[in-house]
Amino acid sequence: PQCAKPDGVFHVTMIPGDGVGPELMRAVKEVFKAADVPVEFDEFHLSEVQNLISEEKLEEVLSSMKSTRVAIKEIGKIHTPMAFKGDLASYEMTLSRRKLDLFANVVHISSLPGYKTRHNNLDLVIIREQTEGEYSSLEHESVSGVIECMKIITREKSRRIAKFAFDFATKKGRSKVTAVHKANIMKLGDGLFLQSCKEVAELYPMIKFETMIIDNCCMQLVQNPYQFDVLVMPNLYGNIIDNLAAGLVGGAGVVPGESYSSDYAVFETGARHPFAQAMGRNIANPTAMLLTSANMLRHLNLEYHSNMISEAVKRVIKLGKVFKKKKKKKKNTKIQVLAALQLLR
Amino acid sequence: CETCKQQLGTRTVTMIPGDGIGPEISAAVMKIFDAAKAPIQWEEKNVTAIKGPGGNWIIPPEAKDSMDKNKIGLKGPLSTPIAAGHPSMNLLLRKTFDLYANVRPCVSLEGYKTPYTDVDLVTIRENTEGEYSGIEHVIVDGVVQSIKLITEEASKRVAEFAFEYARNNQRSTVTAVHKANIMRMSDGLFLRKCREVAETFKDIKFTEMYLDTVCLNMVQDPTQFDVLVMPNLYGDILSDLCAGLIGGLGVTPSGNIGTNGVAIFESVHGTAPDIAGKDLANPTALLLSAVMMLRHMGFSQYAMNIETACFDTIRDRKVLTKDLGGNSKCSEFTQEICERVKDM
Repeated sequence: PQCAKPDGVFHVTMIPGDGVGPELMRAVKEVFKAADVPVEFDEFHLSEVQNLISEEKLEEVLSSMKSTRVAIKEIGKIHTPMAFKGDLASYEMTLSRRKLDLFANVVHISSLPGYKTRHNNLDLVIIREQTEGEYSSLEHESVSGVIECMKIITREKSRRIAKFAFDFATKKGRSKVTAVHKANIMKLGDGLFLQSCKEVAELYPMIKFETMIIDNCCMQLVQNPYQFDVLVMPNLYGNIIDNLAAGLVGGAGVVPGESYSSDYAVFETGARHPFAQAMGRNIANPTAMLLTSANMLRHLNLEYHSNMISEAVKRVIKLGKVFKKKKKKKKNTKIQVLAALQLLR
Repeated sequence: CETCKQQLGTRTVTMIPGDGIGPEISAAVMKIFDAAKAPIQWEEKNVTAIKGPGGNWIIPPEAKDSMDKNKIGLKGPLSTPIAAGHPSMNLLLRKTFDLYANVRPCVSLEGYKTPYTDVDLVTIRENTEGEYSGIEHVIVDGVVQSIKLITEEASKRVAEFAFEYARNNQRSTVTAVHKANIMRMSDGLFLRKCREVAETFKDIKFTEMYLDTVCLNMVQDPTQFDVLVMPNLYGDILSDLCAGLIGGLGVTPSGNIGTNGVAIFESVHGTAPDIAGKDLANPTALLLSAVMMLRHMGFSQYAMNIETACFDTIRDRKVLTKDLGGNSKCSEFTQEICERVKDM
């Protein structure tokens, strides 16, 4: 929890990233200025494209985070990751997983009023364990032509994410947590995850607990997403469900998300998708970034400003000032931001 | 058509009715095939696992011999009782016949409305390795390691099948689905093999897409996809996702391709024990799988007739089983299709 600084301003670490990142961060700053938000940003430009990443730079970011405890960031990568031959872990994973231990990723899947999709009025939360599982980067060629890839599941981390999910559900007044798994096939690995969730569930009798197999879950999400409330799952399934669910409410451009460790909170877009924005680089939609910045303000206990911004964004969407895919990026980002700013005044 | 029959003769197919609603939907399919005068003779077999001479679980030798002889099988849903001690029946069948590719065409059904219209894609899933190798260890108490295996051979085999399928079924694009940005070596190998095979099929367009991108786009606009090929786990997830788009497992066909010309077509829904024996089941999934089977065997005219009869019945919405939104019994639905197919 953040305490007010002597000059009454909160400091937040900002990492714009590559591609559309800087553009989106600028949008956030403009909106914050118009709304008189008492937040100052400590900016760090970590760019994989421009080779601006080094141990020293990462250390700088870390020490900033140690004092701010809160960050806002955007990936916005534009290069092809396939080009990486050596290092199996990108700076992204190093920073979030190893250094900051951001173990819980939370994505808010909420339908935006006025933005019609096939499934309207959705309100789900996807909680994903993001430090272990399939993303352990442990691969090797055991015999020529045979690759082994390790997926690691531990009781400790499974319990930790389960507890996070139930605490989150309790705090936000949600009624059900569904654990997603494939324990019928991965009996030991996902079996351990499931068992850990069950054990934690017993400590929260007020919250309903259900389990569902990942493939059935995907099918249910496209047929009847209303049966879900909060979902918790290991790393890979989280990646899949985050993106699937984001698609249900309108895509990567409208879904906010954040990552938590026991000490830090990092706010970002929900479907953290290196190519979601890049593919339509001419349609950088600041909605997700603005909504996540509003969530960040709520985290800092700046309720008033948080609501003001999220209401303005939603009203812009409702009034129909949404992006058309063919127009140029700069023009449209500005239009949306200006519209939001106008509503703030 | 008579020419087909003369050229190909009557083929014998191994029929595995399965459990729960299995027997009644299998009977429905056989009735419809009869009405269509399809040149298929059925050999019913039971595949409940028994302990083999070596102490491991096998399917009954009778069933295996039948499949080896006939090469083609049609299977209803099988249940794996939890306390039985033997592994999943589907897994056993897969291993016994080396069923390496699972094919699921997903086509929107006119008359069975879902939020998604115009879906017309095929998921092809590598079915022998990947995350389902079953290799897991407890490293220390509370730490489990599951191993995902990707081999050059299996990746190449399924990629080749995918392109051949695309060619034989007039599909224009094959998309490899992967997560090589995270699993650089394993999915990287899979992707490489797909690229290599693509080089030898210049008449088919080849694209690549990350699994999460596919999910994101699939639920927004499924019409952009044609044939998708991928490793085991992603295939499992995506094929069920796509089934959800068109209405669920009750209307989705599925085929498993093995080595030595073996192919087993099946319905992928459950055994529905709560409605078993009550004449309430929907035979569509099994019927469409049987249609897939006919096409695979070269009986395209019969396949077309039966498929059209089925689609027309659903489109008319007069005689539908409960799960499709109607009030009719399984036998009534079956009868309606029989009538239509007789008229063709």
